[in-house]
Amino acid sequence: MDIEAYLHKDYILSLIRQKRRVDDRDFEEFRPLAITKGYVSTKADGSAHVALGNTKVVVGISIELGEPYPDKPEEGVLSTSAELRPMASPYFEPGPPREDAIELARVVDRGIRESGMLPLDKLFIEDGKVWVVYVDIHVLDHDGNLIDASGIAAAAALSETKLPRYEDGELIKGEYQGNLPLNGIAIPVTTIRIEDELLVDPCLKEEYAQECRLTVTTMDKNIHSMQKGGGHGSLKPQQVEMAIDYAFMHAPQIRKEIEKA
Amino acid sequence: MSTKEIPKLIDDKGIRIDGRKKDELRPISMEVGVLARADGSAYIEWGDNKVLAAVYGPRQLHPKFMQDPTKAILHFIYNMAPFSVDERKRPGPDRRSVEIGKVCAEALSNVVLLEKYPNTVIDVFVEILQADAGTRCVGLTAASLALADAGIPMKDLVAACAAGKIDGEIVLDLKKEEDNYGECDLPLAILPRKKEVVLLQMDGSLTKEEFQEAFDLALKGCLEIYEKQKQALLKSMEVSEDS
Repeated sequence: MDIEAYLHKDYILSLIRQKRRVDDRDFEEFRPLAITKGYVSTKADGSAHVALGNTKVVVGISIELGEPYPDKPEEGVLSTSAELRPMASPYFEPGPPREDAIELARVVDRGIRESGMLPLDKLFIEDGKVWVVYVDIHVLDHDGNLIDASGIAAAAALSETKLPRYEDGELIKGEYQGNLPLNGIAIPVTTIRIEDELLVDPCLKEEYAQECRLTVTTMDKNIHSMQKGGGHGSLKPQQVEMAIDYAFMHAPQIRKEIEKA
Repeated sequence: MSTKEIPKLIDDKGIRIDGRKKDELRPISMEVGVLARADGSAYIEWGDNKVLAAVYGPRQLHPKFMQDPTKAILHFIYNMAPFSVDERKRPGPDRRSVEIGKVCAEALSNVVLLEKYPNTVIDVFVEILQADAGTRCVGLTAASLALADAGIPMKDLVAACAAGKIDGEIVLDLKKEEDNYGECDLPLAILPRKKEVVLLQMDGSLTKEEFQEAFDLALKGCLEIYEKQKQALLKSMEVSEDS
């Protein structure tokens, strides 16, 4: 990664100083977003493919019967994981998830969990039995901003997920009782800092030049999750505030695109 | 969020379950240079949290291909002892500790002059011996002291503190019960002299206005922590009479 990053960094910096982006977007503009719900629909209980510019992510939802956590006996279980597949980047390697994949999964998980978009209390079946919702993120092509692409794909997939039929203590495979209940759609929006400029939805080359990033996940009027990451850089308080404003600015449109997809 | 049997966390007089006011930190004591073998170390008791930090390095990084010829790499290993929480924690790394290690390493890399030590690693180990909410802030605060104790050149200390929301009100430095039943937790770490953010996470639910209030409160908490850090470092420099 280092050589490629090094080569692109100067170019990106010179563009930013001219107030330009490598793909000619405005600083606060998202890349084109294409959402396909039910992308792998015959086996998974819900799925979506998201293309955010050249970044491509598939999320599959699997629902199983399981046991609740001992400290939350009346709630279903949400489990989110992410795989950075080696096909998506020359720098991704096979094997168990590393730091970046773990952070990605946990940030997406917190957006879903903390917003309450997935009402876990409605996934309770009977004593000791609950629905377990697995959100599996598969990154296929990495051209930057995996968090937003994955969060949007997870939300889109959940919004078309069906809840399996349950009879005599068993899950009836392939038969459904209805849609997975949802309280809304939480949307992550990531802003990066390069020198003193803030850029929304970075592509990979811009990430090479970033000081750090801040992801803000919102639903309606509330902030539900934040994560600073992506480098050693610091943020001024007013830059944090700007990133929050960008999150509230973009989320409604993205939410609409998920709904109509 | 479920509404069942949430205990009252702030009474009518605005006093919290452990007797604190809304903008009050828990009792905190910091000690620097507590381990003999490590190049630098620090121990913090912060409410019921007990946290040790140790620094080794700069030292040669292996395997060699991981080395960076332009600067040192800072590793931050956050580990919770199995006995640090009510229900025994399975030993070893989990996804949470990996993520905390990552964001804390990024925060410290901002202040350490890594360019001075190419091809090396600075290992920071944080051991949570007893946990009572806010451990990443305690760990980061202790780690920053341990780095200073190791004599590693830094631009500033890193000071960390969380704010949150309980019973609909923004408060400083949540303890366990407040974190469990509260509505939001916002850990923050800053560069105290520039007042810039090097770690920021948040989960729960806040409006933008509430965020602003919580952020300002956490910032104030960080600055208080910074003063305590400086005192602890000065104390470690004192020459005792009989030495």
